[in-house]
This record gives sequence, C-alpha cells and structure tokens, in this order.
Amino acid sequence: MSVLVVVECDKGEVKKSSLEVASYGSQVAQLLGTTATAVAVGEASEASLAQLGEQGISKVLYDAEPRLKDFVNGAYTKLIAAAAQQEDAKVLVLANSNVGASVGSRLAVRLQASLATNVVELPKNDGGQFTVKRGAFSGKAFAEVVLTGDRKIIAVKKNSIEAQHEAGKNATVESFSAQLSDVDFADAPKQVVLQDQAGGILLPEADKVVSGGRGMKGPENWGLIEDLAKALGAATACSKPVSDVDWRPHHEHVGQTGITVSPNLYIACGISGAIQHLAGVNSSKVIVVINKDPEAPFFKAADYGIVGDVFDVLPKLTQAVKELN
Amino acid sequence: MKFLVCISNVPDTTTKITFTPDNKEFNKAGVQFVINPWDEYALTRAIELKEVQGSGTVTVLNVGEADTEPNIRKALAIGADDAIRVNAYPKDAFFVAQQIASIAKDGGYDVILMGKESIDYNGFQVHGMVGELLGIPTVAPAMKLDMSGNTATLEREIEGGKEIVEVNTPFVASCQQPMCEPRIPNMRGIMTARTKPLKVVEPTGDASRTQVTEYQLPPKKQGVKLIPAESAGDLIKLLRNEAKVI
Repeated sequence: MSVLVVVECDKGEVKKSSLEVASYGSQVAQLLGTTATAVAVGEASEASLAQLGEQGISKVLYDAEPRLKDFVNGAYTKLIAAAAQQEDAKVLVLANSNVGASVGSRLAVRLQASLATNVVELPKNDGGQFTVKRGAFSGKAFAEVVLTGDRKIIAVKKNSIEAQHEAGKNATVESFSAQLSDVDFADAPKQVVLQDQAGGILLPEADKVVSGGRGMKGPENWGLIEDLAKALGAATACSKPVSDVDWRPHHEHVGQTGITVSPNLYIACGISGAIQHLAGVNSSKVIVVINKDPEAPFFKAADYGIVGDVFDVLPKLTQAVKELN
Repeated sequence: MKFLVCISNVPDTTTKITFTPDNKEFNKAGVQFVINPWDEYALTRAIELKEVQGSGTVTVLNVGEADTEPNIRKALAIGADDAIRVNAYPKDAFFVAQQIASIAKDGGYDVILMGKESIDYNGFQVHGMVGELLGIPTVAPAMKLDMSGNTATLEREIEGGKEIVEVNTPFVASCQQPMCEPRIPNMRGIMTARTKPLKVVEPTGDASRTQVTEYQLPPKKQGVKLIPAESAGDLIKLLRNEAKVI
C-alpha cells in the first residue's frame, strides 16, 4: 500500500503546483504510515525528478516515451493506472489542473475510486473515515467530503498548500513502462499552441496576479497593468466584461465562469467586484483593490485598498516596487 | 448526427450562498435556479452544429428532480429537439456520470457535450467519468469544436496554451468560453418548447462514492485598510513588511 503522486513536468522541470502536490502526497503518506511514490508525466529531466526527494518522495516512476511530452488523456490515464496497480496505491494525489482533473476523473472510474477535486487542505482520517475539504460554489463556500471508496483520488487546488523543502534529499528515479500502444494516443494533440504570456508567468500557476477591469477604459491602457505585473513578477488577468469586449484574451478572464485563482496577492484595478468576479478570486491570501468609487463592493472583500484613479495610482505602485527591488 | 447535451440546474450566479442551520445542505429558499452557464456553451454549440449540418438532433439530458423542468424547457426553447430527465437527486459526480453513460449507451449518441463543471459543485469530473464508462475519448475543457463528417476538431485548454485535438465520434467534450455566444430563447422557441417531448426515466442504480457531511462559508475578512491615493507607494511597503506577500 502506498500513496501515488502524479507529477506534471514541462520543459524538463517539475511544475510548481506539482511540488505542492508532492508535499501534500508525502504528508498523506505520513498520516497513513506509508511512503509516497511519484509518477511523472510530461517532459522531465532525471535531475529534477530526483529532487522530488526534497518534498518527501521516495521513488519516481518515469516513462520516457516521447509522445507523452504533451498531454494525452487516454495515454496518461493508462500510464497512471498502471503505476497505481504496481504500487498498490490506495491514495492518488494530483494537481487540480486541467491535466490532473481530466485524468483524475477517468482514473476514478478505471480504479473504482472516490474522487475529490479542488481540495484545499490535508485530509482527515478519523476512525476509518477519510474526509477532505474542497472548494464549492465557485469559491463562495467549502464542503467537507467523505471519500467512501477503498481507493481515493485527491486533486489539490493550487496555492492551497505550501511545498515543503528538505534540501539535499534525493528520490530514486526508475524507468517505467505502461506498454502504451497507438490506440492509447487516439486523442493525442495534432498541435500545441502556447499563449503569449506577459513576463512568462502562467495565470493558473501565479503566486501574484494584477488584474484589470472596465475602469482601465480600454486595451491601450493595459501597459499600466503589465508594468506593475512585470515589476512584481506577477501574471496579468481581467474581469469578464473586459474579455467579453476583447480588450483581453479569454484565458485571462478570472471569475465564476472564468479561471478561479488563489494567489498570495491579487491586485484588482478598476474592477467593481461583482459577486461573480469575487467568486473567482476570494480565496486569494491578500486582496488589494484600487478603484475611484469608494462604494465599489470589492472594497468589502479587500485587505488593502486605495480609493483613487488607477491611471495615477498604478505608476506610483510600479515605481515603489522598482525602488524596493 | 445525434447530440446529447447534459445540463445542470444551478443557483443563479448572483446568489448569495447560505446553508441550512445544520450546514448539511444548500439553502434553496428564495434562490433562482438557472442552466449551468458552462452548459449553455455546450447547448448552443450543439444547436449551431446541427444547423450547419442541416440534419440531426439535439437531446437535452438532466439528472434532477421535477423542480429542474423549467430549465429543461428553457433548453428546449433555446433550440434542443427533445429532453430526458433522469428522476433523481444528483448525489455526486459518479452517480450523475453513470446515469448519463446509461442514457448515452442506449440512445446511440455521436457527440456528448456538457459544461466543463457546474458552478455549484465545481467538480470538473462528470465528463471524464462518462468517457471512461463508455470507453470513448474525452476532451476537456474544450474552447472550440468543429465537425467534419465523423471527425471533430477541438481546441483543448492546457495550462499555458491549447492543444488542437482531432477525435472521431463518439466522444465526450466539456465546453467553456469562447466556444460560442450562448443563445437566449426567443418567443417562437418558448412557444414550441411547450410541445417538445420531455421524457422522464428512473435512475440506473444508486451508486455514489462521495458524501458531503458539512458545508462551510469562508472566514469573514477583517476589513479593508485604506491607503491614501497620494501616498500609494506605501501600499507596497505594507505588502512587503506587514502582509509579507512580496
């Protein structure tokens, strides 16, 4: 019996969210008195996989099949299921990413497991009752969920657990093959198109986010948002009306029907704070609101606020960050 | 081509969320329920594709009790041809997926569409489970869907970009923006929806694998600390020294 952690890699490196997941899995293994093994997907270097020892992983399984570099739902599912069988994994831990949750739902059927996505805390295992806390109602609430199946699959929401780090510990990296055939690659991508990221920071992975709303008055003013984001090392985002009128691309839309984010810092510029927008951001650790309307509902959800014109305030903030660095 | 579009009945997006006094259930009092916004992308795109092809059917499927019927009728008013309601409270994602898979298998549908998740439970699970139960590909979440004969070309969102995927029917896709512009019903649609068939069937089994024991609201914020606009730069110092986030 063990805990199996699914680690997503990109360009040879383990993704930040997967470091969190590895830590989470190691702590679940401790709770259950067992060890945590990882199975890596994507393009990984052996050195980066061995470093997962620092998050408490003892062994990493890796299939170097080149077609696994990009996400293929069918093949990833078969690979992870085979690893789970080999390791007799009773608990599987994945990132609550598009990859993790997509594969998790297929694995739940294949492995006859209970699945909880969007999980925000370590599980409780009281008297044989295995309970997790997950976000619900688009971030407006949480649900305590008992996973009743013999096997459990947990998809951990990004930024909800800090990755532990014990320097110098290495995991053993073993090559692993799930005997994949062409049929398993039926849904392989014909093409992968990467977005143009401001400063190279992905919104779903971001630790800090600077977001703009209709108060920015037009796409030509987004330089102010990008300048502050660049100075902070933050990703950029926007409200729904902004993406609806194509000032910004849809993949930057944060809110109930867009991306739900939970960064350490969310700076909302010229966003009034409709309930649908709040739902997508209110699990951020610190929320800063800049709006010239003191009655903007967003101020009620904010930790820090500035009542003022974004066109005056943003350059001052960018300047202050530059001075601090 | 036969499309099956699965819709959920969810609280309106402006709803303030509250629970029953024992925190075991969502408090429905005074709440308006709508078609899950993500599912509207699936519904509209299915109707558009049927119109482009000039033939085929769009069937709407909901797993829910009788109180979901107004939204099923709304889906018919938007342009679906007929509807099926599985007469059961949707216990969890696995329960719902089993009902959908059972209907899909019997009905011989070519394309099964739904939203990427429901805005109440946010599972992002049902589409994958349905695909696995039926042994067919799942593309999730899809931002674009085009059909040419029995082959679909989809854009699937991945972190940092998108994948262009081609799959043959049958397949499952979960939908999100910017797939299409969701439609609202017109008067003719509302009138014809009344006469379109809505079949009620009983559920297949009662298997579920999760159980919600309690709901909680997030802790209340302490209140906003306001910084004068003239000294906006002080905010950055506070974020570093007090909040410790930069």
